[in-house]
Amino acid sequence: MTTVPLVYEDTPPPQVAVSERIAADRSTRRPVLLFFHSAVVWLLVGSLLGLAASLKFQFPDWLAGQALWTFGRVRTAHLNAVAYGWSSMALVGVAVWMIPRLVRAPLHRPAFATAAAVGWNLFLVLGIGALLAGWTDGLEWLEIPYPIDAIVAIAGGLMAYSVLMTVARRKTKHFYVSVWYALAAMVWFPIIFVTANLPVWGGVGQGAVNWWYGHNALGLWITALSLGAAYYLIPKVLGRPIRSYWLSLVGFWALAFFYSLNGIHHLIGGPVPTWLITVSITASVMMVIPVAATAVNFHSTMSGRFGALRHSPTLAFTVAGAMIYTAVSLQGSAEALRTVNRVTHFTHFTVGHAHLGVYGFASMILFGAFYFIVPRLVDWEWPRPALIRWHFWLALAGITVYFVALTIGGWLEGARMLDPAVPFADVVNVTKPYLVARSVGGTLMLAAHCVFAYHYWLMVRRRGPERSEPAWAEGRAAA
Amino acid sequence: MNRYLVIFLGAVATVTFAFVVLIGLPQVQLADVQAPAGLKPYTAAEREGRTLYTSLGCYYCHSQQVRTPSFGSDSARGWGRASEPEDYVYDRPHLLGTMRTGPDLMNIGVRQPSRDWHYLHLYLPRAVAPYSVMPSFPFLFALKDQAEMGDEIVNTPPGLVPAGKVLVAGPKARVLVDYLLAMKRDYDPRATRGGAP
Repeated sequence: MTTVPLVYEDTPPPQVAVSERIAADRSTRRPVLLFFHSAVVWLLVGSLLGLAASLKFQFPDWLAGQALWTFGRVRTAHLNAVAYGWSSMALVGVAVWMIPRLVRAPLHRPAFATAAAVGWNLFLVLGIGALLAGWTDGLEWLEIPYPIDAIVAIAGGLMAYSVLMTVARRKTKHFYVSVWYALAAMVWFPIIFVTANLPVWGGVGQGAVNWWYGHNALGLWITALSLGAAYYLIPKVLGRPIRSYWLSLVGFWALAFFYSLNGIHHLIGGPVPTWLITVSITASVMMVIPVAATAVNFHSTMSGRFGALRHSPTLAFTVAGAMIYTAVSLQGSAEALRTVNRVTHFTHFTVGHAHLGVYGFASMILFGAFYFIVPRLVDWEWPRPALIRWHFWLALAGITVYFVALTIGGWLEGARMLDPAVPFADVVNVTKPYLVARSVGGTLMLAAHCVFAYHYWLMVRRRGPERSEPAWAEGRAAA
Repeated sequence: MNRYLVIFLGAVATVTFAFVVLIGLPQVQLADVQAPAGLKPYTAAEREGRTLYTSLGCYYCHSQQVRTPSFGSDSARGWGRASEPEDYVYDRPHLLGTMRTGPDLMNIGVRQPSRDWHYLHLYLPRAVAPYSVMPSFPFLFALKDQAEMGDEIVNTPPGLVPAGKVLVAGPKARVLVDYLLAMKRDYDPRATRGGAP
């Protein structure tokens, strides 16, 4: 193993460290809270839209009177609200909060980051409004029309300026792994977003651009920032460093190299050059390396301390998210194999996989981050710890029902689709009970989000009982 | 790691490498793809219909790519021959799709050439396919007491529209069906205008 000291935050004397963290949190308070408030609103909007889209499979003539609420638009509004509203705004909030603490410098020009949050919301309101009204670029994950995309490009630029200048003024010698992920994500996202939105692509080549972007929006943006958050939260709550510096290094660079090449597995069997698909399949399988490195690193950090899950909402959500990351990534590698993909491609199986990733992995870690960060920003403990248990179990039950239903239903759908003797009607019919179960799972998740949003609202208004201990830590000596 | 530049350049290098491999090289390889002689550019109406198809999000449930027989039952289901890059030269945005909640539409114009069938199916999918989970699109149509000059009347089965009313395909329904009927990839994709490939 290594002699490189694993520096979590280059450690000054405790009282200096604490006062620096307080200063860092004070500098990020306004922009981070604005990102978080917005993220919670987009979570509610996005889950309502998602549930509506799901219910349309049970009631296809419901809300069919105008184009505004047709499935194709509601589904798209859902994706954009949860991907660019909830996940992205929450992840950016976490990164903006985390980085000043990790580099021991207050946020540079917080007003820029605050303006970024305002611009980001403007982009979403106009963008999702445009989609519902029927104005779209027509590419999955890139639907919002590119003139409106310019707004988020400017907002993202302001945010990145604020963060990168903070890093430039750092007092630490080392960058902690969370900073690598956050910095890299802030380099990656603008590159893929601008490139894919250039109005120069067409034909099957555009299909490749589309999925190079689509999968990297997940891999190099949502995944990178979520892992950065998990790398911060797990050791922080446990009070012990990440087990292996080298494993985090391997995990980071292998993810950077392999994930970026994954995208074309969305076109397996499609009319693009076969070698191109093979490259993406190979890279998808190679994802086992960063995933295993990260999983082993998290697990050995947690080792012997799993009991702490009962006493920290942050840890419960984050560790659940990290475990699901391992599961969903290994599933993704398997799904990219041609033999598996023959069955699962074009089915609800993929939809289940996507939700396990963005919800079971990224959103669970984000919930964990909220439970850790918000008390430090509003100087108030979560007033109703029981609501956090409701949130946790409803969310976990919701994604479990959702994922299991679509995995089974999608597989049956795919197997029937492969058999030309099975009429298409039977392919559709076999999915129906599983699509009902999907609506049930979605309802549970929406319920979880209502609980969470209500509790968050109490929290930022500093309502409810004033508590002196962190949630779930009752009766435990300060540890 | 303690170097800003290592992370920054490393991040740029990995994503650039992926861009070159996944986008750059195929662009080069596909640069000499030519329009097949049998594939006509979309007419103005078809193009308008395609825009509506995109804006209603049809492509989220209907793919436009037929896979080779070794890779599925597509051709055996009557969805046509395997698609080639040549089939997409006029497509912007591409609508390859990732789901088959409904069937592939690469050759829907071959499979289902009846305008009336498409109108009925768009008006109320369950009128022609009882199992269907497709949304209905009644807002593309109008129920009128009496057809007017230039209206396209939809032949409806008894009981679908109230007595004394006629179902009229609006201009949007008409261009949408124009587009669907143009979806015919039954030519030889390698036979280009210039002669032999």
